[in-house]
Amino acid sequence: MSNEIRHHLTDEILMAYSAGSLNEAFSLMVASHVSLCDECRARLASFDAIGGALLDEAPTDTAALAPDSLQATMARIAAGPAQPARPRRRPGVLPAPLQDYVNGDVDKIRWRAVGMGVKQAILKTAPGATARLLYIPAGAAMPDHGHRGMEMTMVLQGAFSDDDDRFARGDVEIADEELHHTPVADISEDCICLAVTDAPLRFNSLLPRLAQPFLRI
Amino acid sequence: MTDLPPDRLPWTGHVSRIREARDQDAFAELFQHFAPRVKAFLMKSGADATLAEECTQDVMATIWHKAHLFDPTRASVATWIFTVARNRRIDMLRRQRRPEPEDLPWGPEAEPDQEDALGLQQDCDHLRRAMGDLPQAQRDLIERAYFRDMSHREIATATGLPLGTIKSRIRLALDRLRHAMNTV
Repeated sequence: MSNEIRHHLTDEILMAYSAGSLNEAFSLMVASHVSLCDECRARLASFDAIGGALLDEAPTDTAALAPDSLQATMARIAAGPAQPARPRRRPGVLPAPLQDYVNGDVDKIRWRAVGMGVKQAILKTAPGATARLLYIPAGAAMPDHGHRGMEMTMVLQGAFSDDDDRFARGDVEIADEELHHTPVADISEDCICLAVTDAPLRFNSLLPRLAQPFLRI
Repeated sequence: MTDLPPDRLPWTGHVSRIREARDQDAFAELFQHFAPRVKAFLMKSGADATLAEECTQDVMATIWHKAHLFDPTRASVATWIFTVARNRRIDMLRRQRRPEPEDLPWGPEAEPDQEDALGLQQDCDHLRRAMGDLPQAQRDLIERAYFRDMSHREIATATGLPLGTIKSRIRLALDRLRHAMNTV
């Protein structure tokens, strides 16, 4: 299912997700990509194994347990499980972690028009980074923009081409301050992407820049 | 999985006994080994002793309740407990949601294959030895990343090392681990 994915997550991002130090919006990107990409799922398992090895070797002299620790834990167990089981994926375009945020599939996304047929839906995540779904009509271009921080974009439906590469379902494009790009959606199908940024996008033409504070792009 | 010699698949038999027989003795042994490690992990991440104790009990109770989801072909018991403790830490320190990949990651569809489980455990043992062989400076940085809840940038501030040095040391460490894993 993931044989065709050509653009993957970096070691740095996978390791930060495994270590638990990524913020919510970027974690959503990792969880969504790994849901579609067996290669990155396997790499993530290796990073988790590093955590397991560190835990197993950890010196414990500084952290004596409370004397009644085991009994207290047995009492917690008797009280029953705290969290419900994680929901499984329903059929659709969005991987399960995104379906959790949208409360359904593509038909449940609450789009807002950005202009030129482009639409977006900002997902509710903790501060520090922003996750949004983007809808680019077939053949249309995203407004030309640069970045103050890092932007990661993953294709969920359709495909887009950047100056020198093509990105289809599951592919992740990683852009930083140096890259000014104008992604253009393939002509055959409307393109839906997940985009995560850790700083506001910076548009290079006048109109989108004026609109920027209002659109929260 | 229960008929394998315990030293070849450490703790897997314990998890099976918890899952199949609600075996409190097996749980007590697992608890004695892992609970202090989980508590040390949470305290290194910045929790005080009281909070760390409470979260440790919570993590170990989760291990009991989720024993049926453990899949020894996908992770060692130590790795599985690490992921549960890490998720509890994210909740404890930041109160943020933790999006997880789809497909319950520890949910075996059928009886796990013993060969696969043994192969995975050998990889884990090998990885642990390779990590023991890392130069101290590289191992320290990996430990900070995993145990102190620090981004590379935060590690740079804490250690006074330039960000580029940290990134290249971590990259070197990963290269060494990869190399070690490829020369079994």
